[in-house]
Amino acid sequence: MKSRIALAFDKCKKEKRPALITYTVAGDNSKSNSLKILNKISQHADILELGFPHNTPIADGGQIQGSSYRALKKGIKLKDVFQIVKKFKKINPNKPIILMGYFNLIYQCGENNFLKNCKDSGVDGLIIVDLPYPENKLFAKKCKKKFISFIQLLAPTTTKNRMRQIIRDSHDMVYYISMLSTTGGKLKVSSKKIIKNYNNIKKINNKINLVIGFGITDKNIRSLKSANGLVVGSLLCKIITNSIQKRQNPVTNLNKMLYKLKKEIS
Amino acid sequence: MKIKKGVSLIDQHDKNFMYGGKFGGNFIPETLKKPIDDLTKLFSKLRREKKFLNERDYHFQTYVGAPTPFIKLENLTDRLGGAQIYAKVVSEANGGAHKIYNATVHCLIAKRAGKKFIVGDTGAGYAGKMLSMAAKKFGLKCKIFMGAKDIKRQRPNVEAMKKNGAEVVPVTTGSQTLVDAVSECMRYWVSNCDLVHNCIGSTVGPNIFIKICAWSTAQISRELMIQVKDEFGKIPKKLKLINCVGGGSSAAGFWNEFMNTNAEFIGVEAGGPKNSKLHAAPLTNGSKIGILHGAAQYVIQDKEGQIGSTESISAGLDYPGISPLHCFLKDAKRARYTSASDEDALKAYELVSKLENISPSLEPSHAFAEAIRLAPKLKSSEVIIVNSCGDSLKDKDIIKQRLGSYIR
Ligand SMILES: Cc1ncc(COP(=O)(O)O)c(C=O)c1O
Repeated sequence: MKSRIALAFDKCKKEKRPALITYTVAGDNSKSNSLKILNKISQHADILELGFPHNTPIADGGQIQGSSYRALKKGIKLKDVFQIVKKFKKINPNKPIILMGYFNLIYQCGENNFLKNCKDSGVDGLIIVDLPYPENKLFAKKCKKKFISFIQLLAPTTTKNRMRQIIRDSHDMVYYISMLSTTGGKLKVSSKKIIKNYNNIKKINNKINLVIGFGITDKNIRSLKSANGLVVGSLLCKIITNSIQKRQNPVTNLNKMLYKLKKEIS
Repeated sequence: MKIKKGVSLIDQHDKNFMYGGKFGGNFIPETLKKPIDDLTKLFSKLRREKKFLNERDYHFQTYVGAPTPFIKLENLTDRLGGAQIYAKVVSEANGGAHKIYNATVHCLIAKRAGKKFIVGDTGAGYAGKMLSMAAKKFGLKCKIFMGAKDIKRQRPNVEAMKKNGAEVVPVTTGSQTLVDAVSECMRYWVSNCDLVHNCIGSTVGPNIFIKICAWSTAQISRELMIQVKDEFGKIPKKLKLINCVGGGSSAAGFWNEFMNTNAEFIGVEAGGPKNSKLHAAPLTNGSKIGILHGAAQYVIQDKEGQIGSTESISAGLDYPGISPLHCFLKDAKRARYTSASDEDALKAYELVSKLENISPSLEPSHAFAEAIRLAPKLKSSEVIIVNSCGDSLKDKDIIKQRLGSYIR
């Protein structure tokens, strides 16, 4: 049986466009708003990444740190994250949700317990920022057993040989980090170069669903649209920050941006 | 958990770089895999290369200053009336603390790697000061990340960094102390790992940084071994080596060569203010294993795995985690760990500075506090050696404020 993530890519391929993938932090800027945001943006987005916040994020830039900080200040706990997913899935059962975060939270929760919670709430996939290959092999296997996709990351520094191994062990989707940067950095590499790297990875295995993330905004998304999927994160976190500052509704502002992003790649 | 015979402490890990199967490892973003692999390979080559070892020894001799003095604290011993108390005065090393060993070695490695730019984190400001000194000496551009709170409380070292031409970047996230400085420095490295060499200031972080750091500070115990044998003719039967632990780099270096002797190792963590629940003593207070800055270790955290707040008068010890090496030594029962409060450290600083010709900074004052507590209970045939790994000058403001006057 195909996973919801795989089906989402199939649909986009049929429509000859990349999958639009969003990243927001669970609990930003409150539990209820965070659910409202997911419900709203899922009208435009194909796959939703939802961050479970950690207070010592070693690979996140200012925007996502800010979102995580807001969520933690509101007291968000893992159980709330799963609640948000569960409630979302009740309304949108087929929209894939990928949880993203740092390994210590899973370690404290217990791997099996965490995966059980994922399964119960309807999580489709996981991205663990600080659990690279091959250290992630055992955990990735556990995920697969539960039909949860473990999504591997590739970086510009990843060697060809290593890419081959990682792709061989990947499920449903692989995430290519566009440049040397934390999340939210300004795109410092040309889109042409990124697509060139992207194509080289696809040559290793054309069947994988390869998505590009880091530094993608409404200004540059069109130039990357030949990818299987594009992840927009920090831009959305920034919109939430700005909305709060201007006392505007983040849900409305995010919806406007999603509409725009979708139009750019359609 | 057991220490393998005939294997040096830093090499006690398994193929996943875990010590005792539980501590350390490389919990890092994919982007850092290659730079860390490269650095691991380079270091493993260099530590076997005669020329590199000669270079290291040459700079330790002529630049750092070796050996640092080993002295008996006669007055303190007389006053306490128990064990004989000695100090290894590592604060006499160039720059005033043990951080110079790691900084020097990292600069030598950076040169070999063809890097022209080095970055580092700092808490007390010593790691940053030493890196700025060494970077200047070896012609590297230097940037130091330091918590905004620490910049305020460790002014003399900040001034030194700036004088050496380093850029000091204030870190204003989180608690604005060492933990945030290390995070921000790692983030900077993620974004610039193609051009920049990273120097983590203690035996923490991904495995290779633990290794390089402890390998560098091991100089302390290489010297001490000779000095102890000179002084006593052999290694005393009852010998205690007491060291403060923040990240654990000075303790690892102070103990390394004595690993296979019967010397007793005591690590002293920062207990924080007496009347506060906060502390920086994960080993003493039974913190659970978690992942911080790329490594599994005992770390102050809540049930969910959010890293906890710490408090200590000593910026250098004010860190929620502790080196995987020390977690390993604790569980293998090779070392034991305790803590000293802010107040005890201040008292120890005062007593040692008054009675002796040395004046320890607030970090080693934690170790002295434990020595002062233990000495009267021991026989005069027993020997305590304290690593006096920093000078109080950097803490002048804090001490003045807390005790009313500063003596040195
Ligand atoms: C003088 C001094 N001692 C001790 C420490 C604690 O670090 P470590 O445990 O790595 O020696 C520091 C850290 O800044 C320091 O400056």
